[in-house]
Amino acid sequence: MSTEHALRTQGLSKLYRRTWALRDCTLALPTRRVVALVGPNGAGKTTLLRLIVGLIAPTDGTVQVFGQSPTTNTPQALSRIGFLAQDHPIYPRFTVADLLHFGRSCNLRFDQDLAERRLSHLDIPLHRKAGTLSGGQRAQVALALALAKRPDLLILDEPLSSLDPVARREFLQTLMVAVADDGITVLLSSHIVTELERVCDHLVVLNHGRVTLSGDIDMLLATHRLLVGPRATANLDHTPSVIEATHADRHTTLLVRDEGAPAAPGWQPHPVSLEDLVLAYLRRPDHRITAPARDVSEAPR
Amino acid sequence: MFVFRLDANSGVPPYLQLVQQVRQAVLLGFLQPDDRLPLIREVVESLAINPNTVAKAYRQLEQEALVTGRPGQGTFVTHTPSAIVSPGTYTSLRRGLESWLHRAYAAGLDEHAVNALFSTVHHDAKVEGVA
Repeated sequence: MSTEHALRTQGLSKLYRRTWALRDCTLALPTRRVVALVGPNGAGKTTLLRLIVGLIAPTDGTVQVFGQSPTTNTPQALSRIGFLAQDHPIYPRFTVADLLHFGRSCNLRFDQDLAERRLSHLDIPLHRKAGTLSGGQRAQVALALALAKRPDLLILDEPLSSLDPVARREFLQTLMVAVADDGITVLLSSHIVTELERVCDHLVVLNHGRVTLSGDIDMLLATHRLLVGPRATANLDHTPSVIEATHADRHTTLLVRDEGAPAAPGWQPHPVSLEDLVLAYLRRPDHRITAPARDVSEAPR
Repeated sequence: MFVFRLDANSGVPPYLQLVQQVRQAVLLGFLQPDDRLPLIREVVESLAINPNTVAKAYRQLEQEALVTGRPGQGTFVTHTPSAIVSPGTYTSLRRGLESWLHRAYAAGLDEHAVNALFSTVHHDAKVEGVA
């Protein structure tokens, strides 16, 4: 059970016309984690999520959720996956009760009692039309519907981006309590890193359609650190353990992945924050993550 | 009931913030032997925090023998065999630090300079095996 993976992808790629939205993505996400999928806009986050839930088919590679391919679209495979698309779309002219009825009719598993309890706990009346609810309430209704499916893997695409700080906190509260109660695995995408550290324990960084960093957050923070020392004159671009070098007039700061080896004399180690770690990987001018020339040749603006 | 807080901008990992708050509360007497820590679910609900993070903090506190888990009842503060430091020692250390801080600010250092100096000295002391 502990070695089971909620999600495995192998060489997963998606080509839109002549542009690779996702390229050679290989991932293994353990169960019962809350996984943050982080990357700038256009990095391929939504494409990856839509491939995982079977909404689009890969150009190349495979995806497996609990050992089954969502691409086949069988009700059994899909019943284990919950998906909340960006901006929490729900039918605005349906009442909350209609939405629950709709959810019950369309799913193999649907725990209506659970959804009603969650919504009454949040004081969201069932007779209200969804379109008249506040943004935070609509997000909570959409989340309650997704959780009522009793999914083993819940996928959330930018669940926080349209919410104000109070609604954001309430949304995360509901989500974290569901993780505590039901032991579900969550994969959520975001481009805001600061909010994620309290809720996520696993990180996937996506940039230019490629996975550039992936692992348990504690492990990533333990194997990376900042070294501050006298200004380095050597060219460090080709030193594999150096992720990023920042030079000031008299000192240099290095972000290194060195598994905590003793620092060279004169270099003082500091822990790196999750946000700085993510930013360094997103800024990294790595020739391995840039797309081949033919992919950009079509854009002579 | 003990209440945790979480500072998203402190740069300290969330599990470590929880561990440090319990350590500090025990040291200051806000938490006493046989006091129950909140259930993991209670912490999750109040802070909107990952349950794995709370579980990890509690595991670490158990390893440090500050708390013990009693099956079906919860997590309780242990009877520390000898208080980590006596209240007298604690007060005297605190006074020493306060007077040092007064001198540092009087000399024109600001908060950042004080923190930088403290962490440099602390780091060097660790390297020399003092701390």
